[in-house]
Amino acid sequence: MVTGRLQASTSVTTDPETGSAGVLLEATGLTRHFRIGGPFSGRFLHAVDDMDLTIRQNEIVALVGESGSGKSTVARLLAMLYRPTAGSIAYRGRPLGSMRSRREILSYHGRVPMVFQDPYSSLSPVYRISHGLERAFKLHRPELSSEQRQEEAERLLSSVGLTPPSEVLHKYPYELSGGQRQRVGFAQALACRPELILADEPVSMLDVSIRIGLLNLMAELRRRERVSVLYITHDIASARYVADRLLVMYAGHLVESGPAEDVLRHPKHPYTQLLLSAVPDPRAPIALTGRAEVGEPPRVVDPRPGCRFRFRCPYAIDECSRVTPRLRLLRQAHTAACHVATSDLDMPEQEGLP
Amino acid sequence: MVEYAAASGPVRAVDRVSLTLAPGEFLAIVGESGCGKSSLLFAIAQLLSPPAEIVSGSVRFLGQDMVTLADEDLRHLRWRSYSVVMQSAMNALNPVMTIGEQLRDATLAHEAMPGRMLRRRSEEVMRLVGIDPVHLQSYPHQLSGGMRQRAMIAMALLFTPQLVIMDEPTSALDVVAQRSLMIQIKALQREFGFAVLFVTHDMSLVSHFSDRLAVMYAGQLVELGGTRQVFKDSLHPYTVGLMQSFPSIIGERQVLQGIPGTPPDLARPPAGCRFHPRCPHVMPVCRVEESPVFTRSDDLVRCHLYANGHGPIASIHQRHD
Repeated sequence: MVTGRLQASTSVTTDPETGSAGVLLEATGLTRHFRIGGPFSGRFLHAVDDMDLTIRQNEIVALVGESGSGKSTVARLLAMLYRPTAGSIAYRGRPLGSMRSRREILSYHGRVPMVFQDPYSSLSPVYRISHGLERAFKLHRPELSSEQRQEEAERLLSSVGLTPPSEVLHKYPYELSGGQRQRVGFAQALACRPELILADEPVSMLDVSIRIGLLNLMAELRRRERVSVLYITHDIASARYVADRLLVMYAGHLVESGPAEDVLRHPKHPYTQLLLSAVPDPRAPIALTGRAEVGEPPRVVDPRPGCRFRFRCPYAIDECSRVTPRLRLLRQAHTAACHVATSDLDMPEQEGLP
Repeated sequence: MVEYAAASGPVRAVDRVSLTLAPGEFLAIVGESGCGKSSLLFAIAQLLSPPAEIVSGSVRFLGQDMVTLADEDLRHLRWRSYSVVMQSAMNALNPVMTIGEQLRDATLAHEAMPGRMLRRRSEEVMRLVGIDPVHLQSYPHQLSGGMRQRAMIAMALLFTPQLVIMDEPTSALDVVAQRSLMIQIKALQREFGFAVLFVTHDMSLVSHFSDRLAVMYAGQLVELGGTRQVFKDSLHPYTVGLMQSFPSIIGERQVLQGIPGTPPDLARPPAGCRFHPRCPHVMPVCRVEESPVFTRSDDLVRCHLYANGHGPIASIHQRHD
């Protein structure tokens, strides 16, 4: 398979523990359907279909897509909050489905914690900030003494930029701003000594002047604490800002994946191209001639085979409505699921458009 | 000035904001949550309800002061002369009425119109915003977010008003739908020549669409100028900070810093300039004294950096307000 070749071709440090090339988390054929309209309706919403995804050590991967594209479902599947309908997820080579004991699952939650979108509802209003950190320590690091816990809590708060930590520890969530609360979310995630943080739209509820600080924090945590981050967002510009790799989802399918800069400069999938052309950017030249896009995202209830973007795609051909395109390697480490997109591998200098 | 009555005393949400809007002009008001931009809009549209109240100032529209206008006269202006498009179309539309029924209600509230004409007008405005008129029979939940927002705009255009006021009409949409809606609004504006007052938290969204840009911070207007001008050559340190808060998809990847700190609580605004705790150019005077407003032709900035003709631009004058 294409993705398999990809991993081998990218140079990453080999981890002795896992044997494979620093792969932390690997999902294969990940699928999640939701039954809709009552138990006997027999209708299923295909939130995620047949998705392969790899996250390596010390890497920031951005999962980009519009609302309803299935990106949050992916995060919840990876966090073991949902069970996949089909496909498997392996953590350091170990399938999540084989984890049975509470201890194993708890340990996985500690290694792969989640940071949620809404900092106003993800912290309990009745507990001080210290509570969430203490709980994480008790569950995931029982070896710490109470002084060590205090020390570690303060260290974590300062590492996410909340100072003075001894004061912040005693505050209640209502005393903190949205940006500060989201930093608490990251501190709680870090308290479990994670290897991968699943961050589901961590900045979309924050004011624009605050967002960049949190994006910088994610980059810093990767550098300092050596964690990987799966950054889920609808904002491709912020994805480009922090991520090494970009994954683009459309209607439950992974449609493009590759190094962030390469995807941005040479988008291969027509949806990625549309997405990039729609980003409002004051630095871009004025172009009001763009056509008003009338297409709407598809409803993925019992979809038929074929590319799900075909209804909006200016390049669609017959094959697109018959065969679901698979990801193909079109540039170095860069894949797209499109029948029409051309490969640049033979002529690396040329910009290929489908 | 707009104040909200609160247990701890009045909270001033809009503080001495003066704006003019020319016929056919697209003016965008940008600012972060809690900066007073929506309160300002509601004050202009005369939609404030207790605990909010306009405590001083006037809103002159087509030669009349809307603040002192009787409700009866206001109703005459509403919808025919100016209309409002709200932020969340799902909440603004009635879920148990079809789009067609809601268009009919809005029309009949302001003008008696025979059924056939009404239907023709409804179909016309739906086509204008790019929705198939069959959706007049649809309920809001049967439409996508983008279509609902378009239906709201269709409703606002029923009487081809001179002014359409929009409160973050695109914030619930993803970027592709957002851009297409903006293009549509601009095209309609060109066709019918109405003025647009557009409130958003995302200044990059309006960068290609608005004629002028007003930046609000903590209830005050801190900068106003031609949109391209403000983007190219921001005057207020807050605007400069905002400009450095958006990652770009163009050019080299740059490290951005955003703006340190958080916007102030309007119940307890900082002394002096309200931006001083977050300002990289803060001077002693900023901590104690509020900056006057400096103007250059139609442009405006509220910052001590421009006192006594200092700062990067010459020929700037202090306005006494």
